[in-house]
Amino acid sequence: MRDRSLLVAGGIFALLLIAPGVLDATGQAYLTGLLMKAMLLAIAAMALDLLVGQGGMISLGHSAFVGIGAYVLAIGLAAGIENILVLLAIALAVAGSFALVTGALALRTSGVYFLMITLAFGQMAYFTLTSLAAYGGDDGLTLWSLATLFGSNVAQNAGHIYLVILAVLVATWWLVHRIGQSRFGRVLRAARDNPERAAVMGFSVFRYRLTAYVIAGMIASVAGLLTAQQNEFVSPALATWQHSGDLLVILVVGGLGSRNGALLGALFIVAAQEALGAVLPEWRLIYGPLLVGVVLFAKGGLNSLLAPGTAGPGR
Amino acid sequence: MSFTLFLIQCLNGLQYGTMLFLIAAGLTLVFGVMGFINLAHGVQYMVGAYLAFAYLHLTGSFWIAALLSMVTALVFGLALEFLVFRHLYGRDHLDQVLATFGIILFLNELAKVIFGPATLSIPVPELLSGSIPLTAELRYPVYRLATIGAGIAVAGLLYIVVSHTRVGMLIRAGATTPQMVSALGVNIERLFMIVFGVGAMLAGFAGVIAAPIFAIEPGMGDNILIVAFVVIIIGGIGSIRGAFLAGLLVGLIDTLGRSLATMATASVFPPSMADQIGPALASMLIYILMAAILIFRPKGLLPAKGAA
Amino acid sequence: MTAITTRKLAGLAAGVALGLGASGAMAGDLTVGMVVTLSGPPAALGKQIVDGFQLALDQKGGKLGGQTVKLVVQDAELKPDVARQKATELIERDHADFVVGTVFSNMLQAIFKPVVTSKTFLISPNAGPSTFAGKNCNPYFFVTSYQNDQNAEVSGMIANQEGFKNAFLMVPNYQAGRDNVAGFKHTYKGKVTGEAFVPLGSKDFSADLAKVATSGSDTLFTFMPGGMGVGLVKQFAAAGLKSKVKFLSVFTTDETTLPAQKDDAIGALAAGNWAPDLKNPASEAFVAAFEKKFGYIPGGYAMQAYDTAMLIDSAVAKVGGNMSDKAAVRKALEAADFTSLRGAFKFSNNHYPVQNFYLLGVAKNDKGQYYTSIQREVVKDYGDSFHAQCKM
Repeated sequence: MRDRSLLVAGGIFALLLIAPGVLDATGQAYLTGLLMKAMLLAIAAMALDLLVGQGGMISLGHSAFVGIGAYVLAIGLAAGIENILVLLAIALAVAGSFALVTGALALRTSGVYFLMITLAFGQMAYFTLTSLAAYGGDDGLTLWSLATLFGSNVAQNAGHIYLVILAVLVATWWLVHRIGQSRFGRVLRAARDNPERAAVMGFSVFRYRLTAYVIAGMIASVAGLLTAQQNEFVSPALATWQHSGDLLVILVVGGLGSRNGALLGALFIVAAQEALGAVLPEWRLIYGPLLVGVVLFAKGGLNSLLAPGTAGPGR
Repeated sequence: MSFTLFLIQCLNGLQYGTMLFLIAAGLTLVFGVMGFINLAHGVQYMVGAYLAFAYLHLTGSFWIAALLSMVTALVFGLALEFLVFRHLYGRDHLDQVLATFGIILFLNELAKVIFGPATLSIPVPELLSGSIPLTAELRYPVYRLATIGAGIAVAGLLYIVVSHTRVGMLIRAGATTPQMVSALGVNIERLFMIVFGVGAMLAGFAGVIAAPIFAIEPGMGDNILIVAFVVIIIGGIGSIRGAFLAGLLVGLIDTLGRSLATMATASVFPPSMADQIGPALASMLIYILMAAILIFRPKGLLPAKGAA
Repeated sequence: MTAITTRKLAGLAAGVALGLGASGAMAGDLTVGMVVTLSGPPAALGKQIVDGFQLALDQKGGKLGGQTVKLVVQDAELKPDVARQKATELIERDHADFVVGTVFSNMLQAIFKPVVTSKTFLISPNAGPSTFAGKNCNPYFFVTSYQNDQNAEVSGMIANQEGFKNAFLMVPNYQAGRDNVAGFKHTYKGKVTGEAFVPLGSKDFSADLAKVATSGSDTLFTFMPGGMGVGLVKQFAAAGLKSKVKFLSVFTTDETTLPAQKDDAIGALAAGNWAPDLKNPASEAFVAAFEKKFGYIPGGYAMQAYDTAMLIDSAVAKVGGNMSDKAAVRKALEAADFTSLRGAFKFSNNHYPVQNFYLLGVAKNDKGQYYTSIQREVVKDYGDSFHAQCKM
């Protein structure tokens, strides 16, 4: 049954690849913006799934890393750094360090206490961003110049940022998939199901979890950096706890710990909000009960509807 | 900061703290006894405030409105439990989070559709509308003192019920070892319903007493919910005593911290920077407090023994 | 056709497009897209803007400048990424000729670049941040409300003229809050006895009010929009401060908050560019028609939206409906050749308004409704202080 989830992912990626051309030809080019939004959410959610689905660590501070990535781009550009690869390296370094420090502290707890302590660190990051008056404070900042790839505008709206985001999405999917299949992933899941046994077997559960936390944070910062580059705008709203909550919603709706859950969830949530919002101004009257319905009647999320029996490794 | 100013800040902190306790009490019991994360608990607070508004307009009396609101909040809580929540008890925490999040979205929107998007308010009841002088220029509203009193009275009542009655004993047992309680043949479903209903009613009560001081608007429960979660985590999940202690602690630190953080940063940074850093730091204080407590006491200050 | 049904049709078209990839909405003669906040507590402000614009459109028989208007209203939800997406849709799907928005400065920041770089005219009916008033001013961007600092600057003048010597400043801790403090200090000559930056969304001000009481202030200057203002005004009265300290504010006691503040707001002073009882025939007719249609007293937000519609009407009529000559449309907009409900109105070189400002009080009519009421004119033809940095 493994093949079916690969098939689903491959199909989605292929559709995403041809989507801009098709939409353009039918006069629906504005929808590519929604697709990019969904892909960026999916990247951040995949990283989160490494923690939540495979590691059993529910984080409510994941958006802090998205915010860090976005603000590295904004502040770097203001400081005259234009090469997106340099900015990427800085974002990874900053997000990685922040994850290392906060992760080491947060992992002293577990379960719902872990959720709340990550919320605390996320809120600290959020309030720090709102106090950056030089970079717009709460209002955020319009990016008048954008990052370039050695002077070319490939990674901009004027160029082919859609393809760049799609490439990062595929790479992230592949990376998370590989981690899931590796020894590292197996230990992570063993520690999720029974930390004591994993520890007795000689694994430092703490180290494995911390590594996962750092990787997830770094991937999320890439999503943040690309979000800022695509929106041509940064704002602390990216780092609110509500945004972390949105990412968790995407995971649960899509299917926790499954290979395509984050992808399906992100596409579904973005499409559902857009379509409902277009039909009814009070769309939350439908959307809210819809979420309740997903929980009550679609256990395992969309992934298990599309590819039953292919819940992710170890689930 | 003069002494009277400090005193007023402390009273405000106490008032905020008791309000937080009223919301956190239900949350911590539902979480502790049933292992159920109820994000929709904050909505109960909003429901209480809107009910008070609606009943006040129907009856013209704050006291009757308050009573009717609490009864309705109880019924409303039980209805939610019956329709949605009881299907979620055995489920993954994240499923509970998602479903109750959906309920928040729905009820916030419903409040907007029914009452309109604008902010509403109700007057302070005549009986408690005065203010008492503390010094020549400082007065303190009687209504706020009354809310502190009401909060402490409810806390005392809850403490007596939880520690000295049969239901309370079951609740305590449920919070520590839920399996054991049901193994002993207790009707766990009814216990859950009672806990849930009382929790909803307390949150509704907090909404009622908040209505005359704060603004009534859709989504008013969302932010206070997060702070209430901070309270129950600091206090230790499932612990009423912990929730009371942590409620007061968070209330006082948040209130006093606002002035102290600005003063502290002003002594370190130049004024223009202190204006930005101070308030940001003040907003962070309760989260710093929670993180620090969890680092040193990973299960909160007064954990109910053995609770998850 | 009401705003809601227009929106539904556009929405249905979008829904169909999502599902089937069918072609987009039918193009009208003139498409006006609107991005305002219609969810969450500040929805009341967005509603005033939609209603104000809709009233103008109805009075003109659904036409502006002789062209049939398709109005597409989008909810920014107070989320920057949503605002940006909605603005992009208005440009790329609906090929909007004008985008009208937003209520809040941070939403304007989010939609500004995509709208103006697509050479679509962006007209703000409320948010007027300093960001786009100076060196980042833009030929495609117009503001029909005010520059954010202006009201605070006028408040400073009021304090000087009324002889308020010791002012305590209290604002929420975000950009607009800080702008208001800066604006007030810019013109105020008395002593600042203290400043309090409260967290955005605060509901309990008693600690800060205690500071006001002990600071020996004779005035509280504040900017506390929406629900925060309701809480502050009620608690200010409850703390017994009304008899000792003057309450001087901007966007705190207005038609969106007065229905909740009621008698507690009586005696409060404010600076503003308009009030429903302004004595001029256009304004009086507008207020009467608005109340008849929507059942509540319009505030400045509705007035500014109505003016925005009239501005578009005048410009489109001037170019004879030909929207392709952008330079001509811009010239027509810059002329501001319409009868503003405020009376005198013109654009400065940065496309921000030059207008009169008034001292406003709070009054109650015989139906028990509360509204802001003009007490006197404070300053005539007042422009903003950033326009010199604008190279237009």
